[in-house]
This record gives sequence, structure tokens and C-alpha cells, in this order.
Amino acid sequence: MGPGMIELRQVTKTYRMGSVDVHALRGVSLTVGRGEMVAIMGPSGSGKSTLMNIIGCLDVPSSGTFILDGEDVGSLGDGRLAEIRNRKTGFVFQTYNLLPRLTARANVELPLLYGNYGSGGNRKRLAEQALERVGLGDRIHHRPPELSGGQQQRVGIARALVKTPSLLLADEPTGNLDSQSSEEIVALLQTLNEEEGLTVIVVTHEPDIAASTRRVIVTRDGMVIEDGPNPHPRRAGPFGGPRED
Amino acid sequence: MTPATLLLTALSSLAVNKLRAGLTLLGIVIGITAVITLMAIGQGVQQSITQRIESLGTNLLFVRPGASSQGGVFGGQGSASTLTMEDAIAIQDPVFAPSVAAVAPELSTTGQVVAGRSNTSTRVYGVTPEYLEARNFDLSSGEFITPGHVDAASLVAVLGSEVAETLFGNREPTGQAVRINGRQFGVIGVLESKGGNRFFSLDDQVLVPITTAHHRLASRRTAQGAFNVQTINVQVADLDRMDSAIREVATVLRLRHRITGEDDFSITSQQETIETLQETTGAFVVFLGAIAGISLLVGGIGIMNIMLVSVTERTREIGIRKAMGAKYRDILLQFVAEATLLSLGGGAVGVLAGMLLSWALNGRSLLGGQPTQTVFSGEVAVMALAVSAGIGLFFGIYPAMRAARLHPIEALRSE
Repeated sequence: MGPGMIELRQVTKTYRMGSVDVHALRGVSLTVGRGEMVAIMGPSGSGKSTLMNIIGCLDVPSSGTFILDGEDVGSLGDGRLAEIRNRKTGFVFQTYNLLPRLTARANVELPLLYGNYGSGGNRKRLAEQALERVGLGDRIHHRPPELSGGQQQRVGIARALVKTPSLLLADEPTGNLDSQSSEEIVALLQTLNEEEGLTVIVVTHEPDIAASTRRVIVTRDGMVIEDGPNPHPRRAGPFGGPRED
Repeated sequence: MTPATLLLTALSSLAVNKLRAGLTLLGIVIGITAVITLMAIGQGVQQSITQRIESLGTNLLFVRPGASSQGGVFGGQGSASTLTMEDAIAIQDPVFAPSVAAVAPELSTTGQVVAGRSNTSTRVYGVTPEYLEARNFDLSSGEFITPGHVDAASLVAVLGSEVAETLFGNREPTGQAVRINGRQFGVIGVLESKGGNRFFSLDDQVLVPITTAHHRLASRRTAQGAFNVQTINVQVADLDRMDSAIREVATVLRLRHRITGEDDFSITSQQETIETLQETTGAFVVFLGAIAGISLLVGGIGIMNIMLVSVTERTREIGIRKAMGAKYRDILLQFVAEATLLSLGGGAVGVLAGMLLSWALNGRSLLGGQPTQTVFSGEVAVMALAVSAGIGLFFGIYPAMRAARLHPIEALRSE
């Protein structure tokens, strides 16, 4: 385990829905080191998505501290949070969240528009490289509706990778995919983690995917109830099937 | 985001809903076209009125009697009969009034003018030879009233072009005879047409020697029995000497009328008349523009409406952009740029359409009147573009703020 990439101390998150307070997180403490690949599991409503949103700087804790890469994020304003989202974290969504009228390349280029990433030509080149890394070098001019679910999710991953983040967050990245596409996506995440040292956090409720990571965190009722290493992660492959190292 | 990217993003967002963008644009196009065209017509009318009055000579002063207050009854301006022929002669004195070039007193009455079987009712002016030059008239045929005619109170008349046409049609009036209020006059000349409108025509008049008018047609005398005139036209030597001319004329008249208190006459300059008219017509032009401006306001509300719909529809897109690191300012600018592009585009099309329409209407007679010249001014075009950009900013800022304020997670959750 490398130096602390993510540190959460007694983080709580309370939403107000109508007149009821919903306690999504009730005091979560957690440390994730640089280069780790972690799965977060738990039933619906266990707070795993809220946890992801806080780690991804899309939301801020109600109380407690959250330190990302040495920076206390909990105290930052919206503008600085947007900058961190832009520079440090790449977010992959269950529903891909691509803009349907933009081409794959334009979608991948999107985060580059909101930061300092050079000229339009440079941005296009970076976007093309990211698409090549996820194996979509031949689909750069396709629009999302012309791509399969697995391909769309790979565009989503390329979009998260394009700004070379230090942290990749995937919220149920295979939730809408068939098993073969799922395997391909998990294999891609494993490759990025092992070969490029990218810190990867995956939220899932599929045991197969959780089994592919080296560490599994289980949440329930807004708390971490299990946090243990997985000494023998399953190697995901294009044709699936459990396979021990 | 760089301005170029911002512009491209805004353009491609608008291109998704071409029909909707086009219809929203139309609201502004109609507003700006209306403003440009109405202003062009208004300014054209203003210009033609000014030119017509300037064609009468700009270095002209009119001396008229003041309000009468005899016997406790107040008449209107010019109702008193205080100006006399002697006053006119005195104003001509180069020692007392060196700035005065020519003096043309006049006396007017209405008359029934008959030639053969044709007849018309018109104003008959008793004038002196100086009238022709002072009022900037030309003759289309014959000759004008001479000092000899005035001395002898000859029964001669010069016809306005409209009167000449009414009475004689295509025939040459010079040398013919007309009857004015039952007396026979010889026509010695016809005035060149000056144009005018149905309310105010310079061609519908007959000129006779002032002495003839006084003795034969409209004998009016002051309380003291002097030769009364209604207006004294004063031609000033130089436009720069208008003010000194007014002072000189006033001094002469005050001395002659032995005035210590309030003047019993008034002096107005042609320039003042033009300025007053320009103020009036200027207000008319602004009024026209304001009416057209209302349609512009409606167009602006249309933009706001469409932008609000667009923000609601694109909540998810806004969420995605925010998740990718777009800040409040980025989203705000994107939507403001879209609104401004719509209104500015509509403004540009509107200016072009307004130019074309003004050009097409130029010289046509609107509402069956005189041909109207339209004046398309660059100033109005630039102003219209600025106003349309302003409308986009004003009506776009609120929807854009709503978009920019969205919370990324809530925005991503929307369908």
C-alpha cells in the first residue's frame, strides 16, 4: 500500500428529503493508498454511491474530514471542487452519461474544455490517444447512439482518462452491460491499475467484479462493515470465467 | 473555456433545434425590422419637412403683431393689427437696421378666384417685389410684381402653380384674366412649384400688389388709421447676423410704437420654426421607434422562454459538464452565449431586412399621400444591433443562472 491517496475520517452525509433527514453516511473512516484497486459493495441505500460522490468531489461531507491527495477537500468551495474534478478525478458512470449529439472524440474532449489543456488541436490529439488506449481508435467519429453499450462505456472511461487523473472512480460501470462487455470493462480497469498504476475505486454489487480487485469494502446503513484484502484477485478476460492466478 | 470554444459550443447547441432557434430568432428579426423601417420612414418625413422649410430660405425673420387685448378681450397671437406699411419701410433703413437685406410686408385675405368656368377658393396675398427673393420663390413663366404695380395699385396677379393648373389646366395663364372677389385682374406670371402637403401647400396661393390688396380686397387699418400689414418678412444679409437683425428690428419697432413695457409684436426666425418642427417630428420618430420596440420586448421574452425550456431539457447535460469540471461561470457563459447569439443573429437579419424594406419603400407614397423618402441611418443600425445583443444578455442571464446553479448530482439524476 502506497502513501495515503484518500483519507476519510468520520465522514457523515445527511440529506434532507421533504421533512425527513436521510443519513446516507453515518461516520465513515477509510484510507486508500496510491495505486490500489478497491471495490465498494453493499445493498442499495447502503451509502456506497454517496461515498463515491464525495470521493469524486461531486458532493461534500456534512461533517468529518476528507483529504484527497493531501488536500482537505471538505472545506473547498464549488469552484475549487470543479477544478479538482477536472484535474484529479476521472468519473465513470453506470449510465455512461455521454452527450448523444457529440462524437466519441468530442465527448472525450469535454473535460479538456474546462481546464488548461492547450489548443484545440492538442485537445483533439489527447482525446484520440485516450480512445486508442481503450481500444476505440477506429470509432472516434461515431456518436454514442451508433455504439454498443460496452463501446459507450469505453468512451466514458476514455473521457475519465484523457486528463491523466490520479484517481479513477467507477460507479457500477457494468450495471447496464451484458456479461461479455462487463468482462472487457473490468479487464480494462485492471490493466489501467496494474500497468499504469492508476488508483481505481469501483462501486458494484456484482461479486464477480468485486472478486477482481485486491481489496473489498462492504457498506451497510451508511457505515463500513467490512474492509478486507483479497489476496487472489480474479483475472478478468474478454471471454469471462473465473481464473485463479 | 476560450471564446472560440464557447461560440462553437453555443452554435452547435442551437443547431440541435434548428426550427426552434429559427422561430425564436424570428421574434427578434420582426422587432428589429420594424424598428429600422419605422425609424427610416420617420427620419425621411423629418428630413423632407425640414428641407421644404429650408427651401423657403433660412435667413428669414417673421415679424407679426402680438396678441390684442383691447377692451379686455384677449385674441390669439397675431390677432392685433399693430404693424403698418410704415413699420416695414422703417425696418429697411440701413442706418437703424444694417443687418437687414430686404423687407417684404404682406397682407392676406381669402378670395374666390374665377377664370372662365373654373373657380377656386384660395389665399390671396398682397406683397411687394421683395417677396419673391425673400421667400425664395421662382417664376415658371411671366414676370413678378414690380414697384410700378405697387405704386399704382395695379390689378395684376401672380398665380401659384396649383391655382394656375386648377383654373387654366394646360393652357398658359400669363396674359389671361381672372376675377378675384368680383374684380378683374390680369395674370402677369406663374410661380414655380414648391411642393407641400395637403395641410400646407405653397402652390395654392395668389399674389397681388400689397396696395391693391389693401385698397381693393381687404381694407384693414389700425386704430390710428394707418396702412395695416399682417406679416413683415425680413431677409437677413447673413445667417450669422440673425441675432443682431432681431435686435435691430425690435429696436426700430419699439421706438416707432413707443413701447416701454411689453412688445406688441413678435419676431420669429425661420431657424426657430425649423427647430420647433424638428423637435416635434423628432418626438414622432422616437414614438414610432418605441412602438416597434414593444415587439422587440416580446421577442426578448420569447428568447427567455426558450432558454428556460432548454435549461430544463438539458439538465442532464449540465450535470455531465459540471461533473467533468465545468464551473458556475462556464455554464453561465454557455447559456448566455446561446441567448446572445440568438438575439444578435436576429438583430443582424433584422437590420438587413429593415434596410431592404426601407429601400423598397423609398419614394413610394404611403397612405396615399406624398411620396415618402426613407432615410436609413447607420447609427440606427448600430443601435439596433447593440439593443438586440443587450436583449439577449438581459433575457438570457436568468435562465443561464438557473442552469449554472444546478447541483451536479441532482442534475445527473434527472432524465
